[in-house]
Amino acid sequence: MIRIESVQHHIGPAPILSDISLELPKGRLTALIGPNGAGKSTLLRLVARLERLQAGRIAVDGQDIARTPTETLARSLAIMGQHNNVASRLRVSELVGFGRWPHHRGRPRAADHAAVAAAIEAVDLGPLAHRFLDELSGGQVQRAFLAMTFAQDTPWVLLDEPLNNLDMAHARALMARLAGVVRESGRSVVTVVHEVNYAAAWADHIVAMKNGRIFAQGPAEQVLNEALLSELYGTPIEVSSHDGRPLVLHHHAHSEAELMIRVAS
Amino acid sequence: MARPGIRPLPAGAAAGAATAPGPARPWGQLRPGVVALLAAALALCSLIWMFQGLGGGNRSFILWLRAVKLAGLITVGASVAVATVLFQTVSANRVLTPSIMGFDALYVLLQTLLVASAGVTGFAAIDPAAKFLAEVAVMVLLAGLLFGALLGRGARDIPRMILTGVILGVMFRSISGFIARILDPNSYAVVQSVSFASFGRIDATLLLPGAAIAAAAIAAALVLAPRLDVLALGRTAAVSLGLRFDRMVVMSLALVAVLVSVSTALVGPVAFFGLLVAGMAHGLASSDRHAVLLPTAGLIGALILVAGQTLFERALAQPATLSVVVEFLGGLFFLYLLLRGRIR
Repeated sequence: MIRIESVQHHIGPAPILSDISLELPKGRLTALIGPNGAGKSTLLRLVARLERLQAGRIAVDGQDIARTPTETLARSLAIMGQHNNVASRLRVSELVGFGRWPHHRGRPRAADHAAVAAAIEAVDLGPLAHRFLDELSGGQVQRAFLAMTFAQDTPWVLLDEPLNNLDMAHARALMARLAGVVRESGRSVVTVVHEVNYAAAWADHIVAMKNGRIFAQGPAEQVLNEALLSELYGTPIEVSSHDGRPLVLHHHAHSEAELMIRVAS
Repeated sequence: MARPGIRPLPAGAAAGAATAPGPARPWGQLRPGVVALLAAALALCSLIWMFQGLGGGNRSFILWLRAVKLAGLITVGASVAVATVLFQTVSANRVLTPSIMGFDALYVLLQTLLVASAGVTGFAAIDPAAKFLAEVAVMVLLAGLLFGALLGRGARDIPRMILTGVILGVMFRSISGFIARILDPNSYAVVQSVSFASFGRIDATLLLPGAAIAAAAIAAALVLAPRLDVLALGRTAAVSLGLRFDRMVVMSLALVAVLVSVSTALVGPVAFFGLLVAGMAHGLASSDRHAVLLPTAGLIGALILVAGQTLFERALAQPATLSVVVEFLGGLFFLYLLLRGRIR
């Protein structure tokens, strides 16, 4: 469990997060949703110690991130950022190999090579393992970085908007893969998602944020309803159902007035 | 589906793996070919430098003179090369050199201040070795203070840091220029002589401490090589992998400060030479692992200077032109990088 207690964050005078207290459940796929500027990425980056914690306390499986050595945390928690470009010219297998760094600190063993091969296989990059990253498409590079976080073999995997740059086939495949990782290896995944329907379709737990505060949290079917989503995004949103999962219809509003009535009732 | 193996190759297969397009070389495996070849070429050039045209006269005197110069050229070449590779890794940019951050301008400013405050005779009276050690210490301290302050917020803003470095460099140069203007002509001549690169005027008294410090700094860089590989992945990935990123950046910049001090003290500031060498190293090493890249760059740097000085001093009888030619070629290479859009 990741326990976040009264975390606040400012950039200059601007408050980014105000008084966040939250528990992220273990062994689940958690989606962080909310409008732009809600503070989702900042919260994720604070948990991953990419930003310095200004106020409050964050503990990953009982390890206080401010006090635990960063080398130890690297075996509990992996994060994949939004912008993945590397200055070095690396092959896919080399990049994924870096995922094992927290375990061997520069001296890989046979088990590390096996874990790298398995991670590359898990994202279907086997045939491209020996290509250089600059010879791949944006989506393939993204998958290579995902393989690196998988190879790190941590109980917690944090992803900051992993669906950026992915077409719908790859986006769905990625979410299915994350759900599979959670189901099969019991790892916990926390991901920032912009397209609510991916959260609706795959997430076990949803945390909705707005204006630097937790707006709502709970299972998908509880959080993803018309009234809550309309208020969260500040625009009328219809929610239907498909295959027993909520289906959010936000792309098109047929009649603004009609929607407002539906939401109000 | 058929898939090329990613399993580690046995050690004996290394040579084959280096040439075959198929299987990638496993983690950390060196490619001895290029490094060995460069080392052999450097040894050959050094031998030619030492023994070419050795007359029957005062052999031991000439040999000693040549040995000092050779050691100086190798020290400078390797220092500039390693400093540039380190700096390019920290800044994640292939067209930057430490001189852009004002490292060598800072060194020249220190010299100018020293001449201005102590006078020519005072400047000449200071024990060169002690002065040199003190200068290296001050350089590391100042670089640490300046860049430490810039990095206080966590080294996340590399572009801001570089811009600040460019501005600081201009400022250091302007202050040096201003002080030089108000100096008397004799002092000005002394400042002039330390402000321009010359591979011909290597100071024997500085050589031993300089070479020792440079060797220690290069050894430290080699020890840090695996961590530099992780650093090159960028801040997010490096922190996620448990690297103490900010500390690593400061340590790398301190090593850069040491190496730049050594090379500037021995021959004066060089701007584009490091760029040329780092670019060639990236092209030749075909692996961006620092365990390969740093020795490759160091050897290329030393080789260019030794071969170049041999050519210009012995074959062309133009001992003073090497710095001009090297800078010219480096400048051309810089333009090539710009035109090829290799800037990231």
